Amino acid sequence: MASALDVPTQQRQNDWVSWLTSRQAFWVFLAVVLACLFLSFATNSFATTNNLFNITRNFTFTAVIALGMTIVIITGGIDLSVGSVLCLCSMILAVVMHAGYSIEIGIAASLGTALIIGAINGVLIAYLGIPPFVVTLGMLSIARSLAMVASNNTVVFQFGPDQDKLLFLGGGALLFGISNPVVYMVALALIAGFTLRWTRFGRYVFSIGGNEKAATLTGVPVRRIKVAVYIISSLSAGIAGIIETGWLGAVTTNLGAGMELQVIAAAVIGGANLAGGIGTAFGALIGSALIEVIRNSLSLLGINAFWQGTFVGGFIIIAVTFDRIRNFSQTE
Amino acid sequence: MAILELENVSKHFGAIHALNDVSIKLEAGQVVGLMGDNGAGKSTLVKIIAGNYRPSHGAIRMDGAELVMHRPVEARQHGIEIVHQDLALCDNLTAAANVFLGREKHKGVGPFKILDYATMYRRAAEIFTELKSETRPRDLVRQMSGGQRQAVAIARTRLSDAKIVLMDEPTAAISVRQVAEVLSLIQRLRDRGVAIVLISHRMPDVFSVADRIVVLRRGRKVADKAIAASSPEEVTGLITGAIDNAF
Repeated sequence: MASALDVPTQQRQNDWVSWLTSRQAFWVFLAVVLACLFLSFATNSFATTNNLFNITRNFTFTAVIALGMTIVIITGGIDLSVGSVLCLCSMILAVVMHAGYSIEIGIAASLGTALIIGAINGVLIAYLGIPPFVVTLGMLSIARSLAMVASNNTVVFQFGPDQDKLLFLGGGALLFGISNPVVYMVALALIAGFTLRWTRFGRYVFSIGGNEKAATLTGVPVRRIKVAVYIISSLSAGIAGIIETGWLGAVTTNLGAGMELQVIAAAVIGGANLAGGIGTAFGALIGSALIEVIRNSLSLLGINAFWQGTFVGGFIIIAVTFDRIRNFSQTE
Repeated sequence: MAILELENVSKHFGAIHALNDVSIKLEAGQVVGLMGDNGAGKSTLVKIIAGNYRPSHGAIRMDGAELVMHRPVEARQHGIEIVHQDLALCDNLTAAANVFLGREKHKGVGPFKILDYATMYRRAAEIFTELKSETRPRDLVRQMSGGQRQAVAIARTRLSDAKIVLMDEPTAAISVRQVAEVLSLIQRLRDRGVAIVLISHRMPDVFSVADRIVVLRRGRKVADKAIAASSPEEVTGLITGAIDNAF
């Protein structure tokens, strides 16, 4: 009896290395580290405080949304509306603050908007059974249009009495010279990672992506979890929008256009499986980081920026191909 | 003494009589093989016991008291568990996670509760040991054989200490070698005093593990007897209608 119960513990230690090497996020992490090392030696502008500060801050916006997107993808869904939701939430924040309200009210209005949009997405998907692709594609169009309506398609760059607070929120550096967005990103990633691994909610998210019917049969509140997941995704876009507004100091109605694809790319490179059931918070960060490092390195190495899409696209395909090959060798 | 008793149960869907006046007794530590052709009423009967349907006529009694169920959750609360044909497992989760799906163990105080992995792994390991299955709690279901998957699904019923387990075609989709493993799982479950209803098309499996056999044909019960007093030939005749009935 005792020996039989010991087996799982031994197995855990022996399999530690194979567990690590079976993780897509680990290999992408390795790729990021190697790319950074290479760039540090190949250029003298990469490993400067300034450049590192820029890189870490630039990928936070993608990364924060990729966290929410990864959770949606784990349930087997997709959220195409995040780029537009980011724009709408930024615009709501900007318009409300421009009208003279405080930053607290601006943020509340902005996150409230995200919450409502996420809830609409979630209810249509979970309760009416409309495919996520269709619902969020519609919302992509609606949110962008609402942002134009809210601002009358103008650029907002004056944020009323609390303008300085907003600019510090997004552009400042509170802790040891680390830019604020990075701090938020790390905090959100820790929360997301903890939730996925250690809570019942996280377990249910994975179960829905693994076998939705089984989850329903075993009493998992599938519909409520799905609504929550799309709310989380929308809120992550809203949060990214608020931070980005503070950093840029201006909001236009084409903010975040096409961002949904970059976010999905980051999640997939980080190991999230579009078929559902697989993904990590760490992977979302690493995937976003890789995209930013590619972008940054191309400009530092003097390569035409038009090549960026080729490299990012290539990485998406390579990452998924690696995963395929590993699966083949496992089943053989 | 019967744990569960169906008394003259009928189920009509409009003009269609899916079940007509069927009475069955389930006893602790007994495996009842439920056989019948497609459309004979097997799944309707199972769904009535599982709380999916309410009978149009007749009553269900549990330990002598009448049982009225509106939802499958209520059947679970009364100790009735179903092992579905497709097993209802999540491939991407571990064996232990699947066993505890929907019934996770927690630790912590107040709203700060986290999943209690240690307890769940230990309890799952205990159940697998009890079932004499080599399934390991930390293995992903994706990597398991058909027999191990079946063990995970059956372990779920042990977790709740079910009194009645309904098994829908447990040997239909697995290799011949694993059938023996699943049949021995069923025997372990019976040895624990569970009343088991085994729905199967596979005659050899029913005859090797069941104590009693019930045959349905066109919504009526046409046989209910000890397995020793029957034969595969007779059962085939009962299912097809070549033999009218046998009690």
